[in-house]
Amino acid sequence: MALGPILGVLFDGFAYGMLLFLLSVGLSVTLGMMNFVNLAHCAFAMLGGYVTVTLSRTFGWPFLATLPMAFLAAAVTSVAFERTLYRRLYRAAELDQVLLTIGLAFMSVAVAAYFFGTVVQPVETPSYLRGSINFLGMTLGRYRLFLVATGLTVALLLVLALEYTRFGATVRAAVDNQRMARGLGINVESWFAVTFALGSGLAGLGGALAIEIVGLDPHFAFTYLVYVLIVVSVGGLGSIGGSFAAAVAIGISDMAGKYYFPALGSFLIYLVMVAVLMWRPTGLFGRR
Amino acid sequence: MSTLSTPALSTLGLEKRFGSLVVASDINLTIPHGVRYALIGPNGAGKTTLINLITGMLRPDAGKILLGGAEITAFKPDARVKHGLVRTFQINALFPQLTALEAVTLAVCERQGTAGVWWKPLSAYPDAVAEAYAILQTLGLAADGDRLTRELAYGQQRLLEIALALATKPKVLLLDEPAAGVPREESAELFAAIAGLSKDITVLFIEHDMDLVFRFASRIIVMVGGRILVEGTPREIAGDARVREVYLGGEAA
Amino acid sequence: MAAPASSAVFEPGGHLEAQARWSGWEIAFWLATLLPFLLFPNHLVLASQIAITALFALSLDLILGYAGIVSLGHAAFFGLGAYTAGIMSKHGWTDPFLGLLAGAAVAGIAGYATSFIIARFRHLPLIMITMGLGFLLHEAANSAEWLTGGSDGLQGVRKGKLLGVIAFDLYGYAAYAYALCVLFLVFLAVRRLINSPFGLTLRGIRENPVRMPAIGAPSRAHIRKIYTIAAVVAGIAGAVLTQTTATVSLGVLDFQRSADVLVILVLGGAGRLYGGLIGAVIFLVARDQFSGIAPQYWYFWIGALLVTVVMLLPNGVLGGLAHLTRRWRGAAP
Repeated sequence: MALGPILGVLFDGFAYGMLLFLLSVGLSVTLGMMNFVNLAHCAFAMLGGYVTVTLSRTFGWPFLATLPMAFLAAAVTSVAFERTLYRRLYRAAELDQVLLTIGLAFMSVAVAAYFFGTVVQPVETPSYLRGSINFLGMTLGRYRLFLVATGLTVALLLVLALEYTRFGATVRAAVDNQRMARGLGINVESWFAVTFALGSGLAGLGGALAIEIVGLDPHFAFTYLVYVLIVVSVGGLGSIGGSFAAAVAIGISDMAGKYYFPALGSFLIYLVMVAVLMWRPTGLFGRR
Repeated sequence: MSTLSTPALSTLGLEKRFGSLVVASDINLTIPHGVRYALIGPNGAGKTTLINLITGMLRPDAGKILLGGAEITAFKPDARVKHGLVRTFQINALFPQLTALEAVTLAVCERQGTAGVWWKPLSAYPDAVAEAYAILQTLGLAADGDRLTRELAYGQQRLLEIALALATKPKVLLLDEPAAGVPREESAELFAAIAGLSKDITVLFIEHDMDLVFRFASRIIVMVGGRILVEGTPREIAGDARVREVYLGGEAA
Repeated sequence: MAAPASSAVFEPGGHLEAQARWSGWEIAFWLATLLPFLLFPNHLVLASQIAITALFALSLDLILGYAGIVSLGHAAFFGLGAYTAGIMSKHGWTDPFLGLLAGAAVAGIAGYATSFIIARFRHLPLIMITMGLGFLLHEAANSAEWLTGGSDGLQGVRKGKLLGVIAFDLYGYAAYAYALCVLFLVFLAVRRLINSPFGLTLRGIRENPVRMPAIGAPSRAHIRKIYTIAAVVAGIAGAVLTQTTATVSLGVLDFQRSADVLVILVLGGAGRLYGGLIGAVIFLVARDQFSGIAPQYWYFWIGALLVTVVMLLPNGVLGGLAHLTRRWRGAAP
């Protein structure tokens, strides 16, 4: 059926989009909440990836068990940086935030290269996640299905948390109008630390899951930063739904672009980003 | 061409809403030449929003704005300034790393159209600098002309706000709470500066300081909840029961 | 003090004029740029690299340090200048000055065109758009192999002769002399711009973009003008690179170059005219010294340096020095 390859690209693109979603949602929310430009976000993702690699290869942990540890490691590390360095720059100029976090990202790349070398790291996925299954005549990779399931679950949990918990209400208030939230007695800084940890943790999870799809090397911190920034810009700051939609769009566009127009390379998604930003500077679903 | 009977500034049916929040509703103003009008009202009444609408920082949902009889509703903010409609800001909007003299000189150069000249040095325009200096002198800031704006005292910064506005040779001047945050001891100079404003300039000022209002305003406009409640002479307003109930009744700010 | 009266003797514009005068430090700096000919004749190639990078950093200073536009894609104009000069020389027009003019023109036109977009945005969207435009150009150059040679780089670039007679020698004498002259002449023009009314306007835009329209400034027109000028200067720098090295590759357009020049400018101190020059000297000399170490470790130290500069020296080296001299002078009687 001629539809086969198109559906295949759509599915792969969607799975890739789930990965981008996990990597980006944290940055979107923290940017929307505190306006802090954290370009070291993907360094935390990279950390999660390396945690998984170390635990599974050196310590023999099963793959699925390493995932929560990847999340935790990234979350804890991010809080450490937030308490020591980031919080001093909440009111600083964008450029300073950009430079600080890029500097940290540079350092993380060097540290990763020092401890793990520059080779692309392999990862052992469990057998039930390898191979593919046949569904309605399509061949769907099991790992990609797992990605999709994880992405959708996380998205659902986040939306539920945002709508139905006090934590969520606080985050929404702070994203919507920081000054007002403070005026209502909400300690934006403390809540931000928690949100930041959560977002970085999700990035760590994304980094761990990414190894099987895109590989892990010390340059991960920058290679995927660009994609994450595109997703965040297009989706809108502070919006989970926006990140989801943009991640899916970018994921599918990138897959489709590389499959159908390999000569164009990544041209398409950069064009999409510039076009969307010109039309709506705060992203498709950003506030105001 | 505007004559003496044409109002210096007028608005017709100005409306603005943010979603379901109406911040300006059916605003009709007529301000004649050379007067000093005050705009008062409780916080959140929409006074600064009105200034933003008049100066073009916000686009109205409906209504017209006329400057000297000519419609300026579609004009960009800098075009309005070029036509003589100038404002100051409630919270200082100054240039921290420029000296007072540099800041006022900049405003003068913009007015003269020389601000885009990049091949001649600033010293080739001594008249612009001299004019800036003269403005600083009238406001008592000349001695501190070479100090960085951020090093000036708060009261001096409020005066610099006015200096910047004066450098553009305004016909209509909108002062947004000129005395905001200025301690009593320093406000004398500020009052003198406002009193000293040329009679050719039409002034509309927002103020909470009733001293200033009753001292300088020939007419007072009261805004509440995005609408104009009432307009009249200071005596009429002081005696108006509605105003007292809504605003003056509680306590004068 | 001489005169007894206080503010009455204040000369308006005296301070302004004093800023525009050449200080002893400036003269010393430019004399020092001649030292490599005498003291480091084996490092003239590095010296020309520094001069070219300094010019590039100067162009970024115009938009970042003076107008407050944060760009993560400035290498686009550098690359356009580089490729233009290269393509011209490949097709026979090898005269360096012609290449300079062409590079400047192409970069300037591109700068003018994109300035319409740039002038409309600020903060994060602006950073992202500049980055995106930079990537777009890089990808386009990568794909347009017929023009640029793609990832192999441009083939057949020929070295021209200065003024028709002076050839670029192997040791780099002519190259450095050329690069230094171009740097100095363009610097003079930039310095004039900074001390002009437009320079004051730019600082106004940087200091308070909201206030500018309120004093009647057509901010977008001003931003378009400076962005175009900065693009021209960057294009000139790129052209000089091509002409002195006889090579052009995609590296002139990549994100790394945009990021590096940003680091260099911030390191030296943005908005201080000499920041980019000082930063270029420090960065390239340090990189040359550390060139034995693997690249990713070099970036560890750059990262650490960035963190240090942001947390401790927010106005770069020149800012730190200015701060020190102020305190030192304040302490002296």
